[in-house]
Amino acid sequence: MSKISDFIGKSAVENVKEALRRAREIEEYNALLSLTEERALERAAKVDTGEISGRLVGVPFVVKDNFLAFGAPTTAASKMLENFNAPLQATAVEKLEAEGAICIGKANLDAFAHGGSTENSAFGPTKNAADKTRVAGGSSGGSAVVTALDVVPFALGTDTGGSIRQPASFNGVVGIKPTYGAVSRYGVVAMASSTDTIGCFATNAEDADLVMEIMTGRDDKDMTTLPDFWNNQPEFAKKRIGLVKQCMTDDVDAEVRQKTLDYAEKLKQLGYEIEEVDLSMMQHSLAMYYIIVPAELSSNLARYDGVRYGHRAAEVKTLAELYGRSRNEGFMTENKRRIMIGSFVLSSGFFDAYYMQAQKARTLLIDEFKKLFTEYDALLMPVAPTPAFKIGENASDPIKMYLADIMTVPASLAGLPAVAAPAGNSDEGLPIGVQLIGDYKSDKNLLKLVSEVEKI
Amino acid sequence: MITISTSDIQHLASLSSLALTDDETDGLRQDLENIIGYIEQLGELDVSGVEPTYQVTGLSNVWREDEVQAGIPVEKLLDLAPEKQNNQVKVPQVL
Repeated sequence: MSKISDFIGKSAVENVKEALRRAREIEEYNALLSLTEERALERAAKVDTGEISGRLVGVPFVVKDNFLAFGAPTTAASKMLENFNAPLQATAVEKLEAEGAICIGKANLDAFAHGGSTENSAFGPTKNAADKTRVAGGSSGGSAVVTALDVVPFALGTDTGGSIRQPASFNGVVGIKPTYGAVSRYGVVAMASSTDTIGCFATNAEDADLVMEIMTGRDDKDMTTLPDFWNNQPEFAKKRIGLVKQCMTDDVDAEVRQKTLDYAEKLKQLGYEIEEVDLSMMQHSLAMYYIIVPAELSSNLARYDGVRYGHRAAEVKTLAELYGRSRNEGFMTENKRRIMIGSFVLSSGFFDAYYMQAQKARTLLIDEFKKLFTEYDALLMPVAPTPAFKIGENASDPIKMYLADIMTVPASLAGLPAVAAPAGNSDEGLPIGVQLIGDYKSDKNLLKLVSEVEKI
Repeated sequence: MITISTSDIQHLASLSSLALTDDETDGLRQDLENIIGYIEQLGELDVSGVEPTYQVTGLSNVWREDEVQAGIPVEKLLDLAPEKQNNQVKVPQVL
């Protein structure tokens, strides 16, 4: 797989043309919803004349189609925004463009990032890079697949409960969900405001670090962003890593467990002690997640009402009808499930029992993590209980689909950084990933660790 | 375990501004009953005396300088509207 450095110092126009050619070649994977060809070639020409320069000069990349970007519609893989042409660009995209990177297209996702397989896209599922009969994972499935299939050396995604890490794992690439607030979310379609993060996919940890370093930092347009901390992280000094016991039970695929243990061996070779640790709140985290996240997204998705932008139902007579029908036609079934769950947990009579209960439980989860980080530099666990499942296998059972998120939601609820790293393939040839979770603002150290393992 | 009736679904759909079609209602009723049945388990956890967490990084009251900055031109935003008239977004009658 290609690296960012393979593209530097070459003709940007050639880089872009090659990426576009490759994108067309892998069309059957349905990983990309649009190509921003015209704009990309224009920008590439400017790079080649020296008008644009920077650390990613002439490097093509792809963004998940919930990032507002010029040159193609921003659909969030929904009928609701099928024809939405963004009037602005996401801060993350602007920052990468300022360094000379060139966005060549927009990747498929579960509509509004609701899902863990990219099957909930209004434009059809994305196929797994290693096996076309399997899911790409999600919700950033398209971004993972274009990285794995060498269309681009990196791609952007969003991770609210595992949406970068899980597809990274399913397709055999590196994926990082940073500390909450590390990267501005301005210009990205909001899902759950207290856990939404922006991160990237890359073929190696060093590239992911470079992309993240460029994207991070405070942004006046997103008041949840943290002051820049990327290059100011105390090194891991405890030299101890906790292997989370709850993720190594019989419920987890045997090959996934074995790859996790193999990864632990490599960490030992690097001088880390590995100890089994308890993350007992993990068993409650999926229930917390499916209360808090629907609550927040039901509020965030209230803006799609068919009035100012997005899909508007035809032949409506009243405003109430316009809202109700536009929303019902524009959203996918999974969007509706989550919006209605959100309405339920926030409605009077249920608020304390569900929403408040979950926010309190979240405190207990965070406390448990904090305690572990007084003794360990990082925690190791699989990303998902199984490798990529078959397309359609979990589609009719939302709970089964949600269970695929069980190992990724804890870091999201706590706002902790987590990196998914390739850990080899199953006997069937399916990629398996492991996850390293660190304390707040230890993102770079996690990537450094993964980079060291890559070199073994 | 909680049961969700068709009228519960209609109530939630109305709270959510979703004009569900009749053939969607039963599937969603079943799905929501299962999902709520699952998240209900959290009620067993003892959280007495625990404060809720709404924001994980502890930021509060983040301000920026109160400076006039160029925004997105009105025409550009109006271009996004499904219907417009006289520089305004057009909607069906409200009352």
